[in-house]
Amino acid sequence: MTLTPTLSTNAPQWFNDRAATAWQTFQNLPLPGIKDEPWRYSNAKRIPLDQLKPAASPSAELKAQAIAASSELTNTSARLVFVNDTLALTETSALPAGVICLPFEQALREQSDLVQKYFMQRIMQLGSDKFAALHLAHVRAGTVVFVPKNIIVEHPIEIFHWCSGEHAAIFPHTLIITGDNAKVSVVDHFRSLGDEQGFSCAVTDLVGGPGSQLTYIACQEMSMKAQAMQLASTVAERDASVKSFQLQLGASWSRSESVSDMVGKGSRSDMLSVSLPLGEQVVDQRTLQNHKAPNTHSDLLYKNALYDKSRSIFGGLITVDESAHFTDAYQTCRNLMNSPEAEANSMPGLEINADQVKCSHGSTSGPVSDEELFYLKARGIPDHEARRLIVMGFADDVIGRIGNEEIQAMIHARVEEKFAQVN
Amino acid sequence: MTARWLREIVEFNNKTSTVMTTTEDPSSISDIHVDNIGDFTFPERNKFDSGFGISSKTVDYICDVKSDPQWIRDFRHKALDVFNSKPMPTHWATKDLENIKFDQFRYYLSDGQKPKKSWDDVPDDVKRTFDRLGIPEQERKFLAGVEAQYDSEAAYSNIKAVVEEQGVIFANSTEALHKYPDIFRPWFGKVIPTGDNKFSALNSAVFSGGSFIYVPKGVKVKHPLQAYFRINSEQFGQFERTLIIADEGAELMYMEGCTAPKFETATLHSAVVELVAMKGAKIQYVTVQNWSSNVFNLVTKRGIAHEEAEVKWIDCNIGSRLTMKYPGVVMKGRKARGEVISIALANSGQHQDTGAKMIHAADETTSNVISKSISIGEGRATYRGLVHIPKHLKGCKNNTECDALLINTKSRTDTYPAISVRGNQHATQHEASVSQVSAEQIFYMQQRGLSEGEAMSLSVNGFINDLASQFPMEYSVELKRLIDLEMEGSVG
Repeated sequence: MTLTPTLSTNAPQWFNDRAATAWQTFQNLPLPGIKDEPWRYSNAKRIPLDQLKPAASPSAELKAQAIAASSELTNTSARLVFVNDTLALTETSALPAGVICLPFEQALREQSDLVQKYFMQRIMQLGSDKFAALHLAHVRAGTVVFVPKNIIVEHPIEIFHWCSGEHAAIFPHTLIITGDNAKVSVVDHFRSLGDEQGFSCAVTDLVGGPGSQLTYIACQEMSMKAQAMQLASTVAERDASVKSFQLQLGASWSRSESVSDMVGKGSRSDMLSVSLPLGEQVVDQRTLQNHKAPNTHSDLLYKNALYDKSRSIFGGLITVDESAHFTDAYQTCRNLMNSPEAEANSMPGLEINADQVKCSHGSTSGPVSDEELFYLKARGIPDHEARRLIVMGFADDVIGRIGNEEIQAMIHARVEEKFAQVN
Repeated sequence: MTARWLREIVEFNNKTSTVMTTTEDPSSISDIHVDNIGDFTFPERNKFDSGFGISSKTVDYICDVKSDPQWIRDFRHKALDVFNSKPMPTHWATKDLENIKFDQFRYYLSDGQKPKKSWDDVPDDVKRTFDRLGIPEQERKFLAGVEAQYDSEAAYSNIKAVVEEQGVIFANSTEALHKYPDIFRPWFGKVIPTGDNKFSALNSAVFSGGSFIYVPKGVKVKHPLQAYFRINSEQFGQFERTLIIADEGAELMYMEGCTAPKFETATLHSAVVELVAMKGAKIQYVTVQNWSSNVFNLVTKRGIAHEEAEVKWIDCNIGSRLTMKYPGVVMKGRKARGEVISIALANSGQHQDTGAKMIHAADETTSNVISKSISIGEGRATYRGLVHIPKHLKGCKNNTECDALLINTKSRTDTYPAISVRGNQHATQHEASVSQVSAEQIFYMQQRGLSEGEAMSLSVNGFINDLASQFPMEYSVELKRLIDLEMEGSVG
């Protein structure tokens, strides 16, 4: 196994202990099979674990190349660039005083207690414990953000993770904690520098403190040969509102697992996603909306526009605890089928244990409506352009919910760019 | 206070479990007065003792008793191997399945166990239930296990004669495999292969009872056929096996069960029902079942619809400890249609895990699933569905709607659909909602002088009304009364 981790000498003892245990856990756990319900329709064997190795330290040239390509948003309050899990750039000068925004390794040294308290404290509930353990055993790159009470970070924090080298594996981590009534947006980009096969095994911990507003955007644009995995867990405390959006454009096989726990009364979680798979890309997404307190609200909207022989897999579950009365929970997955060979699998689930609830889920799969197409063509818009408009409208419906125009425009542009590859 | 009468039924069952069975009939073809492998050696002593557990000896014994032809014997043995090799499906299903102790069941009961009770022994509460449901006197005795056989000859002989004149074969499955092997054999075990799941394998190994129906080309059976008609045969077996074939252009409605609680001594029921609708045929299969709440009811039901044929399952599940039943339709011919209408009512101590499977295997096939579930007290209702549209097809449509109603704070409902669509020439939609009875509605009705319980009953009946109206009239009337009964004591 070439993935054997090397322990950091600078990290605190607690971290090294956990990393060592995690490595054991990773080795002990079996690879999930398609018979495991959370892996139904999917295949973990798509990750070439035997060939992967931790990404090599990048050359100065590689770093420079990455930095040059690492700018999507104009107004940011901080920017961090990692190449092969190595820090290449940090710009945090525009952050309000008191906000902590540190590269992961530095945070481990300087904010050990904070990281220890929130870092990967919960068990993945959606089938990828093995990969969470792999991440923990290897993690050294990523960002720790802490926004103290009442502080509003106006512009987003933008983070880039670049992966370079054949069979290179990166393990980016994002930990965001907001204090009471604080507000912040963070954008993560996961990309490849070349077109080699690489693997990104990312874990995200979002902790929304009471009354805070946290927006997290993950844009996955790895190379078309890569595999990408993102395990995200969200905790929303009293009256907190946490919004997470994922853009799945790259990688031959991507899997995301997103768990939102609404633990405080009145908390809210929005889970959004857009994907546009082409060729033989597979987008595998599993979600869990856990309502653990009364008066909580969750809304999930995942949309996939599928082309060629691509496949989408959506497995979602809403659970409402016995005490979580007056819950509003919604879950919608829509698949727009643009080719005779595309495949959409959806498993939208509900588990309701309380009675004063409003819950619904919906899932649809179908082609572009002939009527819509006819309407546009009747107005002189050519077929391809009409389809583009319809697909973009389909995606913008989700993108528009992010609530930050600059981020919305950036994501819209990324989707347009991907659409340009559609034949 | 919820479902006191149901608890009574359980107690009633426990009290009478050693002497009573209502499932068998004395004069069936399998009429051999032994119940156990041991009977060959000690026929006298073991006359009323049925063997426990399942082994190849049990299977051989059943074959001997039923004088099965060799191919059925082979079929059963192969099925037993499959049964033993398959794990419990607990990786997706409830862990409650692990409480099934296979070695504690009797897998074949003959007529040795006749009911040994009189009508006076039946608890007043149960009698009241029958009263409230409006069950005819004759049926009551049968249902309560006072009479082993429900004599319906007088009432239904006319229908039977008419049907037979049309060439319809209506027999019990054991009789059919002896008398009509040419029709029976080609389809038997073809819709639901032995290895489909652990419980269909179990059924294949030990099946007895159930119906066989063949409707000839173009024959439209006007009256719904019921297991009731088939007197002098096994009616509701523990492992019943039903095969219905509607030949080209034929039409048939079949009904099984009834809304009255069925008292069972055996706590594992695992039936297999196979339907075959040839080109242009229509089959409607209506089930209304109300098991006592100690029963595991694990049933595999599937139909094949050929070109332009239609298979429709109307399924109403009430009672039982755990019901797992997902009627399916394989739409094999162009423009075939599949439909599942499902109503589930789960009271405390009950888990209704029901749903539908729609396998589209030809162009322009359409399927529709409508499921409504009601959870009362600590009851749990689950919808589990599968829709599969492979890529070489075009013009397939599926619509799935699941609505759940929760009555009490401890009630629980789950929905687990799986929809798999390939290609851009299909349309599927799935919708589910969960709600509780609106306080406003209840208030409105209470203002007008109804009690809270009555108001609740009305609301719940309204919730399923559009589905209940698709049931044959007497069933929907009984269903409505049953809901009133179940709702009693669920509020306040």
